[in-house]
Order: sequence, then C-alpha cells, then structure tokens
Amino acid sequence: MFARHTPGAGIGENLVSHAEDHEGTRRDFLYYVAGGAGVVATGAAVWPLVNQMNPSADVQALSSIRQDVSGVEPGTQLTVKWLGKPVFIRHRTGAEIDEAKQQDADGMAELIDPLARNANLKPDAPATDANRVIPSPEGEAPAAWIVQMGVCTHLGCVPLGDAGDFGGWFCPCHGSHYDLAGRIRKGPAPENLPIPPVEWVDATTIKLG
Amino acid sequence: MSGIPHDHYEPKTNGEKWLNSRLPIVGLLYDTLMIPTPKNLNWWWIWGIVLAFCLVLQIVTGIVLVMHYTPHVDLAFASIEHIMRNVNGGYMIRYVHMNGASLFFVAVYIHIFRGLFYGSYKAPREITWIIGMLIYLCMMGTAFMGYVLPWGQMSFWGATVITGLFGAIPFVGDAIQTWLLGGPAVDNATLNRFFSLHYLLPFVIAALVVVHIWAFHTTGNNNPTGVEVRRGSKAEAEKDTLPFWPYFVIKDLFALVVILVVFWAIVGFMPNYLGHPDNYIEANPLATPAHIVPEWYFLPFYAILRAFTGEVWVVQIASFVTGGIVDAKFFGVLAMFGAILAMALAPWLDTSTVRSGKYRPMFKWWFYLLIIDFFALMWLGAMPAEEPYATFSLIASAYWFGYFFVILPILGVIEKPLAQPETIEEDFNAHYGKADADATPAE
Repeated sequence: MFARHTPGAGIGENLVSHAEDHEGTRRDFLYYVAGGAGVVATGAAVWPLVNQMNPSADVQALSSIRQDVSGVEPGTQLTVKWLGKPVFIRHRTGAEIDEAKQQDADGMAELIDPLARNANLKPDAPATDANRVIPSPEGEAPAAWIVQMGVCTHLGCVPLGDAGDFGGWFCPCHGSHYDLAGRIRKGPAPENLPIPPVEWVDATTIKLG
Repeated sequence: MSGIPHDHYEPKTNGEKWLNSRLPIVGLLYDTLMIPTPKNLNWWWIWGIVLAFCLVLQIVTGIVLVMHYTPHVDLAFASIEHIMRNVNGGYMIRYVHMNGASLFFVAVYIHIFRGLFYGSYKAPREITWIIGMLIYLCMMGTAFMGYVLPWGQMSFWGATVITGLFGAIPFVGDAIQTWLLGGPAVDNATLNRFFSLHYLLPFVIAALVVVHIWAFHTTGNNNPTGVEVRRGSKAEAEKDTLPFWPYFVIKDLFALVVILVVFWAIVGFMPNYLGHPDNYIEANPLATPAHIVPEWYFLPFYAILRAFTGEVWVVQIASFVTGGIVDAKFFGVLAMFGAILAMALAPWLDTSTVRSGKYRPMFKWWFYLLIIDFFALMWLGAMPAEEPYATFSLIASAYWFGYFFVILPILGVIEKPLAQPETIEEDFNAHYGKADADATPAE
C-alpha cells in the first residue's frame, strides 16, 4: 500500500507489500493453503502419538467372564477380577435382606446418590434396594444376590466388606461408607457402587459383561 | 547486556580466540560462574546447589538402576528384589535413589519457603518463580511415577488414587483416565508408560533448571534485605556483590557436605524410614491396603484433597452454583491443584512494595503460621480420614488459601514496614564491620 503511493516505487516493492493489501492475492491464497496443510499435517502426526496411549486391542477385547457361584454361602462375598477391577458378588442372608429392606424404608430421602447406577436398568432408575440387586435364581428368596464393582466411586480403592456405619462396605482410603445395597451414605464418594452388566447363565453361574 | 555490570571473558591465546569466534561457550560458562552475587546472602541461599546436586544424583543413580529393572507387571517387583539382593551394590544405589527423592523435596520446600519469606517471587523475578513452580510440578510428576515402578501395594494403589483424580473432571474425566492408564484399571500399559515418562521428565527438569538460572542471572539474585544491587557502574556493583566463584561455590559446597553427612546417615542406617512397609508387598488389584498414604512430600496437598467432603458448605455452594458439575470429588481435586496455583500467583497477590519479610512486622507472623500450617497439613495427610482430623484438615486448608488470597493482598495495604537499609553494602557492614568488608575481595 505504502509502496504504491511512493513515486518511483518499482513493481517488485509492490509485490512484497502484500501485508497491507486487503485484496486477496495469489500469495495470500498460497499462505492459507500452506498454513492449512501444515496444521492438518501436524495434527495427523500428533494424533497417532496421542491415540497410542488409549487401550490396546487386547485390553479392549471386552472379555465376558462366567463365574461359578455355587460355593458362595449366604453371608459371604466372592471377589472376582473383571476388566482389571474387582467385582463383589455378595450372597445375602435372610437377616441381611430384611435389614436392607429396612434401610430402604428408612433412608431413601437421605441418599447422596438417588440413582441405581445399574447397567442392567435404565440410567434414571431410582436407587431402591430392588433396583440394586439382581433377580434371584429359581427357589431363592428375592434380593438374595447383589453384584457390584468393588471400586470406590471416590478415587478407586477397593472397599472392605462387612464394614462401615451402614453394615455394607467401607472404603479405607478416604472413609466412604456404603450401605447393604452398596449405596453411598457418608464420606467423599459421590456415587453408589456401579452394578456391571450381569445375568444368570444357569442356577449357579453368573455371567459378567 | 543487561544485568549487573561485571568483567566479561576475554579470550587471550590464539586458540581461545579461534574457539570464541566460532562458539563463545567458554565466555558463557565464565559469565555464569563469575556472576556478581549479593555478598549478604545467608545460609537459606544454599539450597539451589543442593537441588542441582539432587537432580544429578537422581539421574545418575536412575540410569544405573534401569540397567537392572524390568517394567512389566509380572517382573517389576521381582526385578527390584533382584537389584536389592543380587546386583553388586544394587541395594545401596536403590536406597540412594529412594532417599535422594526425599532430599530433593526437603531442599525444594526450603527453597520455596525461602522465596516466600524474602519476597524472591516479586518483580522483577516473577518468571524465575513461575519456572520454579513448573520445576516443582515436574518433580511431583516424576516422583509419583517413580514410586509406581517397584509395583508394590502402595505403588499400585497410589497410582489408582492419583489417576482417579483425573477421572473426577466433569464429562471427559473417564475418557482421560482411561487414556492415561491405557485400560480400565492400572495395569501393564500404565507401568510401561510411567517408566517411559519417569525417565523423560528429569531431562525436562534439567532444561527448566537452565531457564530458571538464566532468568535469575538476568535479574540478579534476591538477597536477605530484598534491596537491589546497585548497578550504576562496575565499581558500585562491586561494593554490593562478590563473584559466585569462588566465594559462594565454596560456601554452598560446605553446606552440601554437611547435608550429605545427614543424608548418608539416613541411607546407611535407616533407608526405609521414609517409606511404607506395604510397598514391599507385591501389587494386588483385589486388595487395598488398610491405609493408603502417599510419600511424605505429597502429604500437605493430599490433606487438602481430602479436606473438602460433601458436608462442607463451600463444596455444597459450589455444587449448587454449577448445577452439580463440581461435586465434592472434583472440588477436592481443584483445591489440591489450586493450593499449588496459589503459590504460583504469589507475585501478583502480594501487594506489598517491601520485598524481604525481615522488614514486614505483621507479615512475619502470618508467614510463620504458614510454615506451621504446612507441617500441620503434612501430619494430617498421614492421619486416617475421620474426626477430629477431618475438621483440622479443613481449617489448615482454609489457612493455606487464606494466606495467599486474603492475607497477602491485605497486608500490603495495612502494614507499616520497618526501615530498610539503603544498600546491600550497608547491611553487610552492619553485620561484619566495614574494615572486613573492604579487605575481603582484594586477594
């Protein structure tokens, strides 16, 4: 621009003064194309470097496991490893079923997390005891089995069974108390223990995943 | 060339001139080593050298340890025992590396609090301060990942808890956590990448250290009075300073020797005192240790992380205002990183024009309380998450934030500072007498 108004300015100077030339010139176009190509090429080069850190194919292969639970007596809990994390399979006694029902009646309004967090139900299912247990096999009292991820929803420690102020689970890391239905009642954890996709294959075998 | 006026390197022989015209590296080293340094620096100024020593110590012992270590979930724990039992002198090298990390953090905390007391963070040294904070963050990352490598119970569960912090980020937390871990839980992929990054980060720190030194060699060192070196002429500057070599190098090395006596006593006689016995149990994804405790140097910030539970009203307000996006878990994470960010922002939060805490009668006491607060948080971080510790943690965390965001801004306005010396020379002579001061640099 400046050069254009200067007497005696040559054609060459006109060409280099493009920075103030608001008309789209061929050079501007080339800048954009080259810059754009550079950005795309950089992104294409960086993405594989980022993506390689995501779970690899063998890790991703969603293993679905079958677990024989015939040896899990009422009042005991089996911990199995699934997807690298512990799963609690708890067989409740009659007394525990009653107590869980009582907790349900007493404390629904006080729940920190009102959702069931049950992968087998709709996401908005309420956290009633009935929505937290899995259907019992033939001939068993209802609400006798509860299956959940043994991973504290605070920062991922494994809670201890038969512990805490509500008779369910207690996370020793930062003091989260879960009740008999694995619902968070006290402490820093924000959510109830999640329930994985689970079903009965036969009367004594549970399938996870 | 800005900075304090001083003599520069002049190549004398033909060989020196030949090299200097091609690569002025001798001049660079000479100017770095001969930098004019305030002659009134006290013993709190020795920790920079200790930190440099620690970095070299950790890199050297680390490279040697890698020659015997195997980063695989089935072999990592066994390879550490192999180092401890079979490798010639391996146990000593590992103990030095383990305790070297502790010495590194002792030094960095004293160095940081030195800066906080003497106002070393204030203009024109903000960049030095910020780079220092970045170094501190890198140190924490390096130490955390290094602690995972032995694949003991604390390694595994520490990694689970700390990577869980990223899972607390709203919406994208789970994806980030999975990306960091390379799977749904801490496993082989995690161990491998942590090993890779544990090897990388010390060199990033080394590069940052160069920038850190570059920055404060440009502005000149702070000093206990906070009064700037006079730089009107070389003669004037020389009244306030002495060259780094030999005066401060010898002083710093003497201090380093004293510190290393204590360090070697710990390495030799109580090498596991600062560690946790649980880390000599191999990692087990199905059982959490009864009490997960991070290494001592993370405890103050761990206490802040745990302090903000759902029952705290600040957390409830934050949750309400954000429509539940900031829950107790995320709030704790924000508080922990916020506690470090608060330190980084000190240059802009402190409104006082007086640099050194020596001349700030009110600031002094708040600062001493901050030191007590730091140790209280460290103690609370090691305690179980129950009353009365939970309430104490909350109070101590509140003071940490209060110091930076309320006390520092207000003190600058209401405090009446004491008289400061005109020059560093004046301060120096008041301590050591004028005759001495004139005689010292002569030889």
